[in-house]
Amino acid sequence: MHLKYESFVREPLVDGDKTYHQVSEDIISPIERKPGRMWYVGFFFSLILLGFGIFSVSWSVYWGLGTWGVNRTVGWGWDITNFVWWIGIGHAGTLISAILLLFRQGWRTGVNRAAEAMTIFAVMCAGQFPIWHMGRVWDGFWVLPLPNSRGPLWPNFDSPLLWDVFAISTYFTVSLLFWYSGLIPDFSLIRDRAKTKLRKLLYGVASFGWTGTAKNWQRMEALALVLAGLSTPLVLSVHTIVSFDFATSVIPGWHTTIFPPYFVAGAVFSGFAMVNTLLVITRRILHLEEYITIGHLEAMNKIIVLTGSIVGVAYLTELFIAWYSQSWGEMAAFQWRIMGPYWWSYWAMMTCNVVSPQLFWVKKLRRNIPFTFVMSIVVNIGMWFERFVIIVTSTYRDWIPGSWAYYSPQWPEVGFYLGTFGLFFTCYFLFAKYCPVVAVAEIKFVLKTSGDNYKRGMEKIDNMTEEEFEHVVHTHHEQEGHEVLAH
Amino acid sequence: MAIKKFAVAAYDDEEVLFPAVKKVRRSGYKIHDVYTPFAVHGLDEALGYKSTDLHIAGFIYGLCGTCTAVGFISWIYTSDWPINYGGKPHFALPAWIPITFELTVLFAAVGMTMTMCYLNQIMPGVKKHVFHPRQSDDLFVMAVELNNHTSEQAALEFLKSTGAKETYIQTAESGWWYGRWDKKEPYEALNAG
Repeated sequence: MHLKYESFVREPLVDGDKTYHQVSEDIISPIERKPGRMWYVGFFFSLILLGFGIFSVSWSVYWGLGTWGVNRTVGWGWDITNFVWWIGIGHAGTLISAILLLFRQGWRTGVNRAAEAMTIFAVMCAGQFPIWHMGRVWDGFWVLPLPNSRGPLWPNFDSPLLWDVFAISTYFTVSLLFWYSGLIPDFSLIRDRAKTKLRKLLYGVASFGWTGTAKNWQRMEALALVLAGLSTPLVLSVHTIVSFDFATSVIPGWHTTIFPPYFVAGAVFSGFAMVNTLLVITRRILHLEEYITIGHLEAMNKIIVLTGSIVGVAYLTELFIAWYSQSWGEMAAFQWRIMGPYWWSYWAMMTCNVVSPQLFWVKKLRRNIPFTFVMSIVVNIGMWFERFVIIVTSTYRDWIPGSWAYYSPQWPEVGFYLGTFGLFFTCYFLFAKYCPVVAVAEIKFVLKTSGDNYKRGMEKIDNMTEEEFEHVVHTHHEQEGHEVLAH
Repeated sequence: MAIKKFAVAAYDDEEVLFPAVKKVRRSGYKIHDVYTPFAVHGLDEALGYKSTDLHIAGFIYGLCGTCTAVGFISWIYTSDWPINYGGKPHFALPAWIPITFELTVLFAAVGMTMTMCYLNQIMPGVKKHVFHPRQSDDLFVMAVELNNHTSEQAALEFLKSTGAKETYIQTAESGWWYGRWDKKEPYEALNAG
């Protein structure tokens, strides 16, 4: 009798009659097969986008940032919008793997691997924007506090822009460590199963020689727990610091104390939407519907409706505070947002982020896969507009009416944005081909508690009276010694 | 680092493994190690291992990060190159909290991961003996170290009696070495046939 008991109220996390071996088969065999035609088409298309992005960036570097639509009034356009958008998307992975680990949310096991990968790729994309926005990118290392012959002249440690450098590089490093340390045992599984020499060699290197001894697992688990504890404040700090880029300035529309929580909620909102976009496709193509179940998608849709509502409250609070402050600059900024020349971006944001996620209060819609997919894209369009609204519509009408300007992106900016999609999906396609997209070892860990077939086996116990249960446990206890009960 | 002889027992259920570990330990056999496809909670205690102190190392690394950030920035801003920003204090601690926090996390995470790799003896290029090809898949594999005085037959029979699905004798390198996973090691010829 298995004594890990989970209530029937909870949906199984793994559907179907799975054994440990079947879990390995289901998740690893797509890696061992040749990818399907869809994969090649998608991968090729991503490479084209990436190539166009590289061309656009090269063009911008060669001719300078004059090729962009930014001007002296609107200094940050699509570029920083895209930066904040990608970094926001990059928040879901660590939230799932760290915060949900601390909260002991079993459902994270099905989605954490893909979400963490998505985080890493999204942060890679985000990092491109501030780097290439420097213009003279060959001087980019000046943001690092390196000893130099200019004094040595150090960067400004009191500036949120420098905090960003530290926050994002730390976030990327820690996410990568978290993700890769989880991959090591799964790589060892691929290695031990490998039939070809090349696969054995490569996964042998990638698995670091992991064999899964009891002591190794103990240390690995300790590491995962502490990394989760460290990543939890880290993930909150990153978007807080990104919001400081705006909030510490004195520009109406930016200079608000609500920004850190509002940005973090927005980041989680868009991140979960992107996870849904990717997983709806991934589970279908790799036939992982039994591991990434509708229950998983529903759980994420619940987080989307929660964070979407937080974001909505933040938008309304901003409007209220603008009026309550009775500062004409503040009031004008928000009036122009709603009714000025950029009204369409404000209303796109409001519709996509505040109104449409409310449909997820309906359970039927939360569990509807095509609807989830469409909504996940709508949310990310909305979140893109949010950043555009914050960045462009706070700056285009500044303190001097004579310098008011209108900003439209030029093709290199659009190409750069498309290029990051290329980078993101190129990485994701490679990941889906060469790495287990579901954490095999973690699924096996929850299988006997939350697997469908094992839960069905529990029905007998569920129907027992308290006395009967006591009796069974007691006999079992005497037969097999104390350890079993203790664990 | 030595080539030794092991009696190997493969179990297909962690609930059989726990009592088996207990029986094997009680009977005086020396368990070399137990290999599992996922983290089996409590196995470390059943084997008599102490809990790991890795988190203490992590705390110390984190502290190093904190000190590095505060020390470095305060040295720059108060003595190496003090800059007057509109009369604000040179020692502006609140403004340094974000970077201090990030470096604390960075040092703790990188340090702990590297320490974990060092203690677990894992690194790209490291090779270790795999007693059963399915130990990373669905079997829980116990390797019992034999010496010249142990009867192989008795050991195998005993392991079988603890509920093992498969038992066999295998010669193996007990430590780790640098090697390629696609190449057979010379000692593995001893296990042929």
